[in-house]
Amino acid sequence: MATLPTPQQLIASRPAFPKENWMDIKPDFKPGSFCYPAQKQTMELLHMPNPHEWNPADEDWNLPENWEQILIDAFEERLKKHRSLKLFMDICVRCGACADKCHFFLGTNDPKNMPVMRAELLRSLYRKDHTMLGKILGKKVGARGWDKDVVKELFSYAYQCTECRRCSLYCPYGIDTAEITAIVRELLHEVGLGIHWIMDPVKNCNITGNHLGIKPHSFVEIVEMLADDCEEVCGIRPKTPFNEKGHEILFITPSGDVFADPGVYTFMGYLMLFHELGLDYTLSTYASEGGNFGSFTTFNMAKKLNAKMYAEAERLGSKWILGGECGHMWRVINQYMDTYNGPAPAHMMDVPTSPITGTQFTNAKSTKMVHITEFTADLIKHNKLKLDPSRNDHLITTFHDSCNPARGMGLLDEPRAVLKAVCNNFVEMPEKTIREHTFCCGAGSGLNTEEIMELRMRSGMPRGNALRYVQQKYGVNHMACVCAIDRATLPPLANYWAPGVSVSGVHELVANALVMTGEKKRTMDLRQEDLPNVDGGDE
Amino acid sequence: MSTSLLVVLLIGVVAWLGASLGLASLFGVFLPYVAVIIFIAGVVWRMVYWSKSPVPFAIPTTGGQQASLEWIKQASLDNPSTKWGVVKRMFLEVFFFRSLFRNTYAEVREDGPRIVYFSSKWLWCFALLFHYCFLLVFIRHFRFFIDPVPACITFIEAVDGVLQIGAPRLYLTGVLLLTALLFLLGRRLFNERLRYLSLMNDYFPLLLIIALVLSGMSLRYFIKTDIASVKAFTMGLVTFQPVGAEVTKNIGSLFFVHLTYLSVLLMYFPFSKLMHAPGVFFSPTRNLPNNTRAVHHENPWNDRNAPFTTYAEYEDTFRDVMVEAGLPVEKQPDAGDKE
Amino acid sequence: MYNKTYVLAGIIIFVALFTTPFWTGIMSGSYQRPAVQLPANEKECVEPVEYMRAEHMQLLNDWRDQALRNEARVYVSSTGKKWEISLQNTCLKCHNNTTEFCDKCHISNSVYPYCWTCHIEPKGKK
Repeated sequence: MATLPTPQQLIASRPAFPKENWMDIKPDFKPGSFCYPAQKQTMELLHMPNPHEWNPADEDWNLPENWEQILIDAFEERLKKHRSLKLFMDICVRCGACADKCHFFLGTNDPKNMPVMRAELLRSLYRKDHTMLGKILGKKVGARGWDKDVVKELFSYAYQCTECRRCSLYCPYGIDTAEITAIVRELLHEVGLGIHWIMDPVKNCNITGNHLGIKPHSFVEIVEMLADDCEEVCGIRPKTPFNEKGHEILFITPSGDVFADPGVYTFMGYLMLFHELGLDYTLSTYASEGGNFGSFTTFNMAKKLNAKMYAEAERLGSKWILGGECGHMWRVINQYMDTYNGPAPAHMMDVPTSPITGTQFTNAKSTKMVHITEFTADLIKHNKLKLDPSRNDHLITTFHDSCNPARGMGLLDEPRAVLKAVCNNFVEMPEKTIREHTFCCGAGSGLNTEEIMELRMRSGMPRGNALRYVQQKYGVNHMACVCAIDRATLPPLANYWAPGVSVSGVHELVANALVMTGEKKRTMDLRQEDLPNVDGGDE
Repeated sequence: MSTSLLVVLLIGVVAWLGASLGLASLFGVFLPYVAVIIFIAGVVWRMVYWSKSPVPFAIPTTGGQQASLEWIKQASLDNPSTKWGVVKRMFLEVFFFRSLFRNTYAEVREDGPRIVYFSSKWLWCFALLFHYCFLLVFIRHFRFFIDPVPACITFIEAVDGVLQIGAPRLYLTGVLLLTALLFLLGRRLFNERLRYLSLMNDYFPLLLIIALVLSGMSLRYFIKTDIASVKAFTMGLVTFQPVGAEVTKNIGSLFFVHLTYLSVLLMYFPFSKLMHAPGVFFSPTRNLPNNTRAVHHENPWNDRNAPFTTYAEYEDTFRDVMVEAGLPVEKQPDAGDKE
Repeated sequence: MYNKTYVLAGIIIFVALFTTPFWTGIMSGSYQRPAVQLPANEKECVEPVEYMRAEHMQLLNDWRDQALRNEARVYVSSTGKKWEISLQNTCLKCHNNTTEFCDKCHISNSVYPYCWTCHIEPKGKK
């Protein structure tokens, strides 16, 4: 990875708007501006159409011979399947309200990163083939036909959108660029174009049950290690049930949380919480992925990967499913899962009910899937947890709303309720950058890959900027989030835009504050760093 | 912009010449009837076209707190979970442009560098002004379509002309409508982002409506015509008994220019972005409740039997290592099979 | 077609709304330009009839300004003829019945000028 420019250089280097009409500007594939292509073998394994070797930097992308017909047909098929697509192609008035809502646009000043223009890339093709005026008047009314540069352009900008839906919040007609980006990605997959960082996890998930390709025995091994670490910290080794039948709850969380720092601490948080509650639950190595990179590929792939959840709940006889902290996972679960693979297996509970408080989660009565912060917020409200928030007193924490739970679900106050109960110092970032207005980490929807690090720092600028604001104003030194991708992408982002701010999941802080029955005196947090606020600590 | 302006001017000139050369019935009778038929049929055709595609997924954009635990207050207007909630959300969207009201202006500054967010309600304000004034102007025109004129229309006119400026009295809606239109045009011309993304599809309807409004205002304030004849003419149109030259000869050509602009607008409507008006009602990010975890949403093209990696296949792949790791398995490895 | 009920309801509302000019027109019945009662003893107005039909409100407004603000009481018409600028003494001398003259067109076209807040409304000879 090339060294990054300084934030000042990064912003100063944003080019002015070009003079030429956007249709006359060809996409440019410099190293660092694109994600690596998916491997042919990966695409073959997944039975994706037209797998082939190609590279974005090459002039020739080796598209299949009849690529144009494939794309025209695929587009028409999508129009027949999605009313949203027809509508969003027809009704945009180009009022421009969305323009500066996009973090990619703010970070790059590339006009084609304005959501309206991102959609216009596809809309221009729609006009040519599907509207009368476009057929007759062509370029005059913003219509154009397919050519190979158009395909390249679509690829470039479909992978400069994190499907965060911030633009859709401000659009007077609710035009959702995530929907358009998702469909453009589908079209590109029809001619064998995908990116490695998405397709490789998809392949892994299909075989091993999780994106990271962790095989069952390794999965167990890692979780056992994490349980050991928990014991190190609190003197209690939480139980780690795997693939066990007959438990009330199946717990599913993104595999990123068993793999990488700082996600692992969130996972340890779950283990400790469940142990303390004596929760009747099991993990699964088969359904060992909460996230769904299929949702960044095609709707059908998302469905396919998601299907394991109900299948496993059925096999294990679980009454309901508890889901861990993850962003796009919850977009899929909240808005797609029941439609994809529902109704839930018949043996499951009518309404998922907390075994500890008896609270019925009526908002999840069809999917039977409850978000962990809903679950924990309810526990805290009913005083079922003994908490010592002073253990987190060395942190002044803020909360990053992940795009998907914010704008595809509305999970806003549950994590805040939990955070405020386990941390004494909680500060919000500026109003226009949180809750439903939240900015993406800059690398969602499968763009959390190293080769586009500079682009990620650009697109993450609004989030980084808001974080630095509270860092300077209130001394914030920690940012909590409820998303596994965030836990991977925010540390480098914070390091770049607001150095000195650490990142964690909410449940890492919960477990830090959780007073467990029979625990030893805590002198370390879950990261095994000294707790400065505990008597008898080092200070 | 220049092409659109040219086209709009050309339409006006053609209509003017046509009416002056005695083709009043072509521009005043034939064209309006055709336009109304195209407008109504075209809009219905587009609505049917949209509705032929299903809404496979319920994808509301949630603009606030979801309905979850009892003690957490739901943002029921921006994140409704019931049909009634959606009705309220749509009402605010359609009548008050609620989403646009959220608008902000973000400015990236190189000092810092930092981003500053400003509240930016201008677009909302002028868009709302434009739409409501247009509606009121449309309603006011019913004095030409109904006889006797109902009191409610007279009342709207009285309120609209309440300042009693000049004779005939100046209507506020007309002035505000023109102001709003000029604002909407101005931002396309002077805002760099807007200028870059605007197409003929944006300038043409704006200029067309400006021309429609200007010709209408001229007819009222500057180049007047005999409105008693105009009413006789329009009543003829709406009662399907069009009047002939004995009436049209008393009506100035500008009236036919005005009517032609309206006809062109009606004919252009179904094939253009102006379809956002019926379209907003169809928008799946606004018109669906966020209750998809509680209520099943059916996708008509969902393949119930789509293959996925089943547990059995998974266990077949990993049985040995699973057993080794002490994981329970459905089928014990057959010792004989090994090696 | 999906969501049939809603879409059909929408279509019906749309068509009903945008055909209002026609069905209100048809309900109004066939319409005749109102017949005004012209003065019996005068054939010529201050200006030609076409001009008067379109511009009389402008003329009256000008007359008011001339008379009240400039104290000018003489109007020279396009034919060169001189008239006294006075609603009472010139206009209403001939058009002496508002109900049969002014109101005919005004009411039909929903025009309600405020002449009679100051001037005395001529009711004609009964």
